[in-house]
Amino acid sequence: MLYREAGDYKKSYAEDSQTFPLKLDRWAYYALLAVAFLVVPFVINDYWASAVLIPFLIWSIASLGLNILTGYCGQVSLGTGGFMAVGAYASYKLMTSFPDLNIMIIVLLSGAITAAVGVVFGLPSLRIKGFYLAVATLAAQFFLVWLFNKVEWFYNYSASGQISSPTRSMFGFEVTGPTASASAKYLFCLVLVVGLAWVARNLTRGRIGRSWMAIRDMDIAAEIIGVNPLKTKLTAFAVSSFFVGVAGALMFAVYLGAVDVGDTFGIQKSFLVLFMIIIGGLGSILGSFIGAAFLVVMPVLLKNVMVGMLGWPSDMSSYLELVIIGFLIMLTLILEPHGVAQLWRVTKQKLRLWPFPH
Amino acid sequence: MSDGYVTPDGRTIGGKVLEMQNITLRFGGVVAIKDISFDIREGEIRAIIGPNGAGKSSMLNVINGFYHPQEGQILFHGEVRKPMKPYQIAKQGIARTFQNIALFKGMSTLDNIMTGRFNHMKTNIISQMIWQGPAAREEAENREIVEKVIDFLEIQAIRKTPVGALPYGLQKRVELGRALAAQPKLLLLDEPMAGMNVEEKEDMSRFILDVNDEFGTTIALIEHDMGVVMDISDRVVVMDYGKKIGDGTPDEVRNNQAVIDAYLGVDHG
Repeated sequence: MLYREAGDYKKSYAEDSQTFPLKLDRWAYYALLAVAFLVVPFVINDYWASAVLIPFLIWSIASLGLNILTGYCGQVSLGTGGFMAVGAYASYKLMTSFPDLNIMIIVLLSGAITAAVGVVFGLPSLRIKGFYLAVATLAAQFFLVWLFNKVEWFYNYSASGQISSPTRSMFGFEVTGPTASASAKYLFCLVLVVGLAWVARNLTRGRIGRSWMAIRDMDIAAEIIGVNPLKTKLTAFAVSSFFVGVAGALMFAVYLGAVDVGDTFGIQKSFLVLFMIIIGGLGSILGSFIGAAFLVVMPVLLKNVMVGMLGWPSDMSSYLELVIIGFLIMLTLILEPHGVAQLWRVTKQKLRLWPFPH
Repeated sequence: MSDGYVTPDGRTIGGKVLEMQNITLRFGGVVAIKDISFDIREGEIRAIIGPNGAGKSSMLNVINGFYHPQEGQILFHGEVRKPMKPYQIAKQGIARTFQNIALFKGMSTLDNIMTGRFNHMKTNIISQMIWQGPAAREEAENREIVEKVIDFLEIQAIRKTPVGALPYGLQKRVELGRALAAQPKLLLLDEPMAGMNVEEKEDMSRFILDVNDEFGTTIALIEHDMGVVMDISDRVVVMDYGKKIGDGTPDEVRNNQAVIDAYLGVDHG
């Protein structure tokens, strides 16, 4: 009875297709934004920023990107780690080649470069589908990591083979580098997350999003409607890789500061992002965030509970953490194969009628 | 009949929309369509009938651009059509439905029909990203047309239902809606009444006649139910083993000896 649409009349088609059709949802969303922008930056500390919030924000961008490709357009990709590496190395090369360039522009340019690389590796999708495409994108993953290890130009011939991020500022605040403050890094990532989520939502609600979903659900029918499969799939690869590239650039420049490509952007990261969108919900913007939260925040939470509250030894808790997370993943998928976002949808449906069952 | 004709119920049929000239389609050694010519005229309901495996669906696939015939040519609005991809042909104004429903299962009824508007929506990816302004305006304009289609097909109640959850008859109707939303010059229907009960067939027949009547849409359909075909179509092409064995009004076809032989069998005794 608390949560319902009665009395919330829609008077135009634009209102009918709002992102948050219910007033309650809209207020909750605005409140969340207000807290994220106006409260969190003043209370954030280094631990919260580096253990929870910044990784959550960055992985959210990556899973939004993969969700566009896999969830909306139906093209399975295991190249996410490799594309994140492209974003990271692109931002490194841009930062060191153009020291005066604004960091925001560098991050967005890195996304654009990754988009171009993504389109090239998306070309096989015109011929192959499903598992076979996944294997083809695996080639991108291994090739790109190998490339960044092998070609010294990418890491500016440094002896360690690593890249490390120089200090860059925005509006006088240091955003990257060792001395950047937690709140500056957090705000920088937050702005990009909110902007990109908005773009993702807009793209998926309109003509282009429907053509992606049409290709995903029934490619032959999509084609007789006038959807060009080549253009549509490559657009999805480009947009998806842009997101993933931005995530990679942030991961390197803002979050880690120094990166060894094999460790940071290996195949396990491709799987991590894939798990995020499967758990969160394929074809759902909210699901991308839920999935990222699940796999980033849950381990930290478990560790705090086991080590901090229960006082268990940390080595035991780190093993138990893996067991518990594995169990939770299975539980989620058995209870709701369409992801947590679907669970949320069902809950909302029930809440509309609460306290009556029907 | 070079400049059209008037049907018994008084509708005026115009010039040739589509003309198939000596089409032959082979798959390796198998000849699916053999030297077939016929035309489809503006405003008419044209049926293609024939026993199973006669090559009817292959014919639609040729019109659609899924198959490219080895011989013959296709004239669309009097001009020879170059070999094209299906999506290019869709842009010329040919829409279709499938024998086995080919809806977008993960999308709502509304989104499915909105997808039918794809060719009429032009805003670029940048405006789509920003949404506010041109993209939102275009969306609302096209939504208005889609809502007319929804009203027409009487599916208002299932507007926001995912199509996978709908019963078969309604799915067929949504698929027709998706094709109608494209406002095609030529609408191809591949067995629109397959697997339906009598009431559903009556509804579908009424929608087909209404589409033709209200929007003047030219329709070509494949159907197995002879009663329906003879009732609603203006002219009928009969195919058997890839060849054309009859062409004319329902009455002419009904009395054609070759057609009777193909359907009832020939006494070889």
